[in-house]
Amino acid sequence: MQTPAPVDYVRATSVADALSLLQQHGDEARLLAGGHSLLPMMKLRLARPDILVDINDLDELRGIRVEGNEIVVGAMVTHAEILSSPILFEHYPIFREAEKVIADPIVRNKGTMGGSMCQADPAEDLSAVGAALRGTVVIQNAEGRRTVPMREFHEGPYETKVADGEILVEVRYPILPGAGSAYEKVERRSGDWAVCAAGACVTISGGVFTSVGIGIGAVNAEHFTAVDAEAYLVGKEPTAENIAAAAQMAADSCDPSADQRGPADYKKHLAMELTKRALTRAAAAAKGA
Amino acid sequence: MEISMKINGAEVTHDVESRTLLVHFVRENAGLRGTHWGCDTSNCGACVLWVDGTPVKSCTMLAASAAGHDITTVEGLEKDGKLDPIQQGFIECHGLQCGFCTPGMLMTGRWLLDNNPKPSEEEIREGISGQLCRCTGYKNIVDSIHWAADHPAENEVSA
Repeated sequence: MQTPAPVDYVRATSVADALSLLQQHGDEARLLAGGHSLLPMMKLRLARPDILVDINDLDELRGIRVEGNEIVVGAMVTHAEILSSPILFEHYPIFREAEKVIADPIVRNKGTMGGSMCQADPAEDLSAVGAALRGTVVIQNAEGRRTVPMREFHEGPYETKVADGEILVEVRYPILPGAGSAYEKVERRSGDWAVCAAGACVTISGGVFTSVGIGIGAVNAEHFTAVDAEAYLVGKEPTAENIAAAAQMAADSCDPSADQRGPADYKKHLAMELTKRALTRAAAAAKGA
Repeated sequence: MEISMKINGAEVTHDVESRTLLVHFVRENAGLRGTHWGCDTSNCGACVLWVDGTPVKSCTMLAASAAGHDITTVEGLEKDGKLDPIQQGFIECHGLQCGFCTPGMLMTGRWLLDNNPKPSEEEIREGISGQLCRCTGYKNIVDSIHWAADHPAENEVSA
């Protein structure tokens, strides 16, 4: 029987309340969002907090909205809400494509964006999406709010810029008019973590790429992206040849490890192929293509 | 800690450890054994019940987090002694063999039809992709949910 070790439990009534509880208990406290990463870790004793601060009542962390030229997604927005969001689908179909292959429909009802991102699994899909879209993470602590680019958010596997006493409150995604986006993932079975995944977000004007965002998950791509491949494509025509060359550069920049999901060379091949497919579909979807 | 929640419309209060999982609260404290306790790792879906009308894997939620919320379990599907069409569908189409996955399948199937009354086979298979059945090969489960979609009002089989 798997049950978490004894733990205290308290429900936060506001972000300010949650921050004060975190401050009070220091590194012995953990935030409980959807619980679908933390509770399994607690059952396995890989996480052993003394107290859980439940933030499920904090409506201020919910909602998907447009603010100026950004889409703002609250930390407590569930995967199911991202999957069905008309706002996200209108601007970035990559969200729907990624969410459709994150876990299963029941887990998506409970798992949250903020929880997934703070768990920071190296195969986490929204991290690759956020890297492709050049999102910005908003983190709050007792002093106020600070922002961290998605591409600087991860310190390493399971480690992020969110420190003790801080809460990830939202992620902001810049709206690129006319952008095309797509997500590709290979998994061993439905709902599994990626063997490899790749997302792309591009704009095209005058027949050439004007911006390129690439996100790659599960194959140890630095900051979940491939900056050399992105730079290579900007200013070039969206031809199959150019995209294939960029995809190869992206794969070359990855450093996957062999594990039960496959050998390293297979994963590198996937990084190339999936980046190529994501870029190809994103380019075809971009207005002005 | 003392926890209260509504389960199938009835207020239930118990003093439990704060680490108690919702599936155990429902089975051991509330005594409702219809919800099954399966893999413990949010993979198999035997423990699916509804929290405020939304299916959740109750092995991966603390009872404390469910306090103050409305829980619906498989026992809550029948109304006035009549089975829900989803339950009838599983009878009509032999949607179960050992029955272990059935409560989760029923709760997910009912919710699927509430949101999508005429699902395609692909939509049903996607809908139950978070549940494991080791007996049926899923075909009869898909047929059962289809049957319920085709007979939305035939709640004539007595519980």
